[in-house]
Amino acid sequence: MTTQPLLVVENLQTHFPVRRGLLRRVSGSVQAVDGVSFSIAKRRTLGLVGESGCGKTTVGRSILRLVEPTGGDVRFAGASVRGMNARDLRALRRRMQIVFQDPYGSLNPRMTVRGILEEGLVIHRMGDARDRLARMRRALDRTGLTAATLERYPHEFSGGQRQRIAIARALVLEPEFLVLDEPISALDVSIQAQVVNLLVELREELGLTYLFISHDLSVVEYVSDDVAVMYLGRLVERADAAALYRAPLHPYTLALFSAVPTIDPARRRRRIVLTGDVPSPSRPPRGCRFHPRCPLAESVCREVDPPATTLDGHLVHCHVAARELERSAGDVRAAAASIAEAMAAASAKPASDAAAASGTLKA
Amino acid sequence: MTTYLIRRLLFGVVTLLVITCFVYGLARNMPGTPLTVQLGETDPSRKFNPEDLERMKRIYGLDKPWPVGYAQWLGNVVQGDLGRSISRKQPVATLIAERIGPTFLVSGTALVLAWLAAIPLGLYASARSGTVDERATSLVLYVLYSFPTFVAALFLQIIFAVWLRGTNWELPLFGMTDLPADAPLLVRITDIARHAILPVTCQTYVSLAYDSRFIKANMEEAVRQDYIRTARAKGAGPWRVLFRHAFRNTLIPLVTLLGLSLPGLIGGSVIIEQIFTWPGMGRLFFESIRERDYPTIMGLTLMFSMLTLAGQLLADLLYCVVDPRVSVE
Repeated sequence: MTTQPLLVVENLQTHFPVRRGLLRRVSGSVQAVDGVSFSIAKRRTLGLVGESGCGKTTVGRSILRLVEPTGGDVRFAGASVRGMNARDLRALRRRMQIVFQDPYGSLNPRMTVRGILEEGLVIHRMGDARDRLARMRRALDRTGLTAATLERYPHEFSGGQRQRIAIARALVLEPEFLVLDEPISALDVSIQAQVVNLLVELREELGLTYLFISHDLSVVEYVSDDVAVMYLGRLVERADAAALYRAPLHPYTLALFSAVPTIDPARRRRRIVLTGDVPSPSRPPRGCRFHPRCPLAESVCREVDPPATTLDGHLVHCHVAARELERSAGDVRAAAASIAEAMAAASAKPASDAAAASGTLKA
Repeated sequence: MTTYLIRRLLFGVVTLLVITCFVYGLARNMPGTPLTVQLGETDPSRKFNPEDLERMKRIYGLDKPWPVGYAQWLGNVVQGDLGRSISRKQPVATLIAERIGPTFLVSGTALVLAWLAAIPLGLYASARSGTVDERATSLVLYVLYSFPTFVAALFLQIIFAVWLRGTNWELPLFGMTDLPADAPLLVRITDIARHAILPVTCQTYVSLAYDSRFIKANMEEAVRQDYIRTARAKGAGPWRVLFRHAFRNTLIPLVTLLGLSLPGLIGGSVIIEQIFTWPGMGRLFFESIRERDYPTIMGLTLMFSMLTLAGQLLADLLYCVVDPRVSVE
């Protein structure tokens, strides 16, 4: 953790304009990502979790400037990505690569695997024809594919093989940093483990740094060193993986974890069911963005956007958690336990009693 | 591949049989025959007397019911004989051979021009989608698309042949050439080209508007795909993304459209050739229907149908070239 971070994301904002009416005037904006900050040290993996539409994918794409961020900054190896001109950006894109979720859509159906892999090498003028072939063979070999793959088209492969091609496509450019945008969600369960193991092996072998975006909490736990949880365009909690899974502080993280099925009956937690829908990111609620669905919401949550509270590298944006941490005098596990208890009590009762349940915390 | 071609050709023959049989039946059941329409209505004094009429009917085979007539026509076609035109007293094959050149001169030029302009226009529109200049271009194209050719033809005639008469911009009102056949070749070519400008313009603009909209729509579909993001993540520049990744993936629907527009080459020419008195197949078709000239109608129908089927076959074969996922086996 003491090494210089490879990637720093600072207060990143990506808003998409909403156009309405005959003249298509901008009438508002979808705040897909609204003030997200984190950093990833070299050779480490940050897992980014959250439900669909919370902005995880937009974070990944904004880092690579596949969508233009509207605020904040991304610094890669010390250089500001947002301020870069087209030429520097192109050079940067060799060093930062991305693997998309859907290997059926992300590979151009009209190109052979050779064309798909070689294009990046040609664009970045990496090696002559013979050298390029060697590089492509090496990348395919690393992902468990044979050189015979080169002359074939994407449609001739299965989903797992295609995702391997997509990974080889990213690796061939010898990047330092990979955004893995739900890289296994589109695959069969039996293939998911293979691809996850491959990604972990590659990270160790090549010293890669990952941003691993996923909604699969168990996979994130397995892959990541640190985990960040997003809700409605914001980060709600961030900690190293072990700490977060042991002692989640944010009510949203708790609810998320309680939804993970487990085969160990001893570990089975009470299921916390959140009511209501995720608010529209074009009109996020005031105060804490989670308050309309939070069983522990208090009046302050409705008014004041919770600032970051950090303890031993465990960061959380929550008024209730902040108070509990203070009360337990910095004992994260104790604070987490009492929040979990209050959550369990609150979700066991009807919604109207939620406020009363949160009262138990104060007592 | 060979079996595929053979199967396609067999299907083609069956289709041709159905089309020609249907058209022959329709033509023969239209009121009037070549004999009555031709003479009786124009000059009462030249009306056939009943015996002559019967004799003529026997000669042309019009005394038998139409299925028999169709069978005879078919038998002749199989032997390579398209028959003789009743009203023009010439072999149908000769008539078509005379007319096919002028038609392709106008329609072919229009087709090539339309595609040459539509591809850059469509790409431009998708690259600059949403900007003011793109919206203005699209609006103009929409207006053009909804403007009927026969109206546009009349306007063009008024402007270039009437208002601009005597200026350098004057263009001929109609016809293909004003010069005798023995005029010097270069002069003749220039003269025909001048005559062709207005009909070619009329046939070009509609398909130009349609094709460029079509390309834009397909491009917008393509640029939303994940592999476009992959290409950008590789570091590919905007032009490379546009051409190598997006445009090449829109070629498949484009080839379909191209295949389907081949028969339209002739279909669309019927009206234009009529307005500009252009001596092509479209005009011949129109006249032969008016004169109930069954052999010519059938000869042209056969031509058009074969061209349509050829266009479709061509499109299907081109799929294999543009899309590696398609194989004709």
